Amino acid sequence: MAAIQVQRAGPGVTLQDMGRNGYLAQGLSRGGAMDRLALIEGAALLGQDPTLAGIEIAGSYLSLRADNPVRIALTGAPMRARCDGAALAWQASHLLPAGATLDLAGSPGGYSYLSFGGGLECEKLLGARSAHLAAGIGRMLAAGDSLPLGADPGQRVGQAITPQARFDGGVLRIVATPQTRLFPEPDRQRFTETRFRKDTRGNRMGQRLILDGPGFGLKTGLTILSEAIAPGDIQITGDGMPFVLLAECQTTGGYPRIATVLPSDLPRLVQAPAGADLRFRFIPLQEAIALERAETARRADLRADLRPLIRDPHDMADLLAYQLISGVTRGDDLERTEG
Amino acid sequence: MTAISQNTSATGDAPTIHALGVDGVLISFGSELTEPANRAALAFHAALSGADLPGLKEAATSLTSVYLRLDLSACDLETLRPALATLLQSRDWYDAPLPATRRLWRVPALFGTELAPQLEEAAALAGLPPQDAIAELCAAPLRVQTIGFAPGQPYLGQLPENWNLPRQTDLTPRVPEGALAVAIRQMVLFSVSTPTGWRHVGQTALRLFQPDRPDPFLLRPGDEVLFQPVSRAEFETIRRDAPNGGAVSERAG
Repeated sequence: MAAIQVQRAGPGVTLQDMGRNGYLAQGLSRGGAMDRLALIEGAALLGQDPTLAGIEIAGSYLSLRADNPVRIALTGAPMRARCDGAALAWQASHLLPAGATLDLAGSPGGYSYLSFGGGLECEKLLGARSAHLAAGIGRMLAAGDSLPLGADPGQRVGQAITPQARFDGGVLRIVATPQTRLFPEPDRQRFTETRFRKDTRGNRMGQRLILDGPGFGLKTGLTILSEAIAPGDIQITGDGMPFVLLAECQTTGGYPRIATVLPSDLPRLVQAPAGADLRFRFIPLQEAIALERAETARRADLRADLRPLIRDPHDMADLLAYQLISGVTRGDDLERTEG
Repeated sequence: MTAISQNTSATGDAPTIHALGVDGVLISFGSELTEPANRAALAFHAALSGADLPGLKEAATSLTSVYLRLDLSACDLETLRPALATLLQSRDWYDAPLPATRRLWRVPALFGTELAPQLEEAAALAGLPPQDAIAELCAAPLRVQTIGFAPGQPYLGQLPENWNLPRQTDLTPRVPEGALAVAIRQMVLFSVSTPTGWRHVGQTALRLFQPDRPDPFLLRPGDEVLFQPVSRAEFETIRRDAPNGGAVSERAG
């Protein structure tokens, strides 16, 4: 079986897919990729099932080598990608030749994804391949790991896709929770007028937010019976700061929740850089449901948005390499296409 | 919110249906933990597996409520609401029997010593000398009221009123797997090493979640747990040699 050999992996590099379904009743949250859209974009670039497992790189670095030629796709937070030293475009698919080394470095923070043609076929545990670090399932990847690849019926590489904008903060749409009305109306109003930033304290379980000015703590000594919580829920913790639950969150909690972020807006939160403004906007539940359905349909049809990687022969250091390794470019296509 | 007027509990609670997030539903049987509300949540959760609810992805209980996660491509709260209301009205859930497959677990536990350093503090708060506190915690089986927070982690209750201890204001930075902690008339057994505001009064050798086992979760909601105090020497022997941390189960009820 073809395999990938990990040569170097920083902290926060894990195998991820869409997580586990059906274990909430046993206290195990779904987990899975923090930016699910990035895995879906990777699957579209490779023309394959979005539930296949890839590698998530959380503000870190990774070097690996393929035993056999393998198609790859690079999505999520853009990193500096090199194949045996030659720059590769981000948000694109490429062929990694047998024996070539892929280096991913220079993460801007956020979550970057490396998908493979055929997906990684490490053994499933409880129905998925995702590491769930909080639950003690799986672990971070390390030098020396050998990751088996699934059979890849696809051939096409050299495709690019414009990422859905989500790397600069912005507005997160929210819906009310059963506890929203416990917060006084002036605080709810102020919540939607406040510019938040990500705190340095954030991980796969959740992201703390900070703001200039007072927090949103409830004045009364309110005790709320622990009940089900889910990714996207915004808890107001003891210090009045919002804490947004994410992929590996606990399954029950007793902090009051002021609102819940739409699932399709969570990638914008997890990919927001340090210091970027984040704001919240309440929308009615039925509008949120319609938006989710529309986004699910858009994601299912992403292949229609693919385009060939644009290359300028003048910029190419080695034309031979270009012909052998489809998709090798100057490495700044993304900047140029977005500029 | 929809209040279902029929089938209120003796305490006047009535089940309510709320949206929880875009793709979730919370059916709550009470805002305070009571025996009937906990029974109702367990029984309603069990009944969902036999109900025809297209688009229901999964369901889970917490202490007095049931959470449903929906597949929005097949349903949403409004399309599902009539079927949920009908199911809620089909019986008195507060009077439902406990799950038929529940088990009684006898679990050896070491109370106090440096392995469970907050026994004396918690006993004092409960108004008891340590030996009497241990006797009271081990006097009767405690129900697994829910599994949650972390994989396989049970909330056990309900203890006598003198155990209505507040959580600590400062978190204990880390308790080990198998730790037994107390607060608000409940005990928690920790399935992973974690920080907590509950007081660490006992230590077991239980491994509540073993993901590589065919049956990875030891306890189920509705099970009962009876702690059996052991000496430090007995505990070390159990931890070293006994399968399942020395826990044995039998059919309960």
